[in-house]
Amino acid sequence: METLERILAEHQFFKDLAEPYLQLATGCASNIRFEPDQFIFREGEEADQFYLIRQGRVALQIFAPDRGAITIETLTEGDILGWSWLIPPYNWHFDARALEVTRAIALDGKCLRRKCEEDHNLGYELLKRFAHIIEQRLESTRLQILDIYGVRS
Amino acid sequence: MASAVDLHVKSPDDIVSSMSPHLYGIQRVRKETEDTFTLELQEKSGRHKLSFAPGQFNMVYVFGVGEVPISISGDPASPVLVHTTRAVGTVTRVMSKLRRGDMLGIRGPFGTAWPVAEARGHDVVIVAGGIGLAPLRPSLYEVLSHREDFGKVVLLYGTRTPSDILFREELEQWRARFDLEVHVTVDRADSGWRGNVGVVTTLIHKAPFDPQRTVAMVCGPEVMMRFAALELVKRGVSAGAISLSMERNMKCGIGLCGHCQFGPFFVCKDGPVFRYSRIKDLLTKWEI
Repeated sequence: METLERILAEHQFFKDLAEPYLQLATGCASNIRFEPDQFIFREGEEADQFYLIRQGRVALQIFAPDRGAITIETLTEGDILGWSWLIPPYNWHFDARALEVTRAIALDGKCLRRKCEEDHNLGYELLKRFAHIIEQRLESTRLQILDIYGVRS
Repeated sequence: MASAVDLHVKSPDDIVSSMSPHLYGIQRVRKETEDTFTLELQEKSGRHKLSFAPGQFNMVYVFGVGEVPISISGDPASPVLVHTTRAVGTVTRVMSKLRRGDMLGIRGPFGTAWPVAEARGHDVVIVAGGIGLAPLRPSLYEVLSHREDFGKVVLLYGTRTPSDILFREELEQWRARFDLEVHVTVDRADSGWRGNVGVVTTLIHKAPFDPQRTVAMVCGPEVMMRFAALELVKRGVSAGAISLSMERNMKCGIGLCGHCQFGPFFVCKDGPVFRYSRIKDLLTKWEI
């Protein structure tokens, strides 16, 4: 049976993280399952966790009164969901909803945040890794804004 | 590379033949999306047998209106000529109103092809954006008709919204196959859409293929192709194993008129399918 530590160690996000930090992350981790249409978090709520998606599909959504729920992007197996736990005021900016049965590892962001304040090496490591994810998401969001498929005739 | 010598290799007879359209009758018109349609055509005289390689295009003439380059979107093994295009300009708007029995002039096929033969023994990754799926469909037909000759076959397809998805029924059939991996994503969707949302480039890093033994074929808007190629290279696919289909204002189709010049190339003759390694420096130039 796969242990949480092994799953985290093999994931791209935690790859090559120093052993003590990996153990610390494992201590903050737990398995979690979401049913289809279940909200994982809602806009405005306190952001105290982030998720490593192991299976399933999650939609990041925003609600507009005249249009209903608009999906901004979807995340699937292997993706990291949520970074608002790292950035004040630690509230979610969007809704996250499981589109199908979704299994994930939840990591206690509040606990990790405290550890990052105590150990800046850990804080820097995590920030570098999240910066990479944020950069990728920003790039794809820019391409989405370009509305590129409308251009080719 | 195009040169003065290249421009004169065709004999006068070849040039006349390339410039003379053949009469084709419309057998069927199929509306794919709000602004995209497919025409199935049959040659009228029965004397001209058009054979083409996946990736090539024809010059399609609407009588009294004008001529446009359109990629061939059908099966190379089928006797029916198939074109899929979007109604965006004068010619294609008129074309979209044509019906069964109407006639078109066809010149071609022209240009270079997708490296399907070269992909034998390799994984094949097809990345399509919007109407870019149409020029790639013949290569997928060919791969699937010799499926055992290829490794993993992956189709990654992105469109603007769910209603812009081309060849919807066929995509469902392809998705149901065990020997073909199909992933579709859209840029925008409401809560009724249960599939992926995000640009097609986001599908590349998780797609199941071995980058060291992969041949990639990419077609779509130029910006999308640029970022898709970068993502493929980031995954470890070599620039020489990535092909892109370029779109320019093709007129003569045989490299004489110069309308489709792209740096040192003529897209109609040296393309439309190019190796990424050959053109990557041109893709980021503002003016060429």
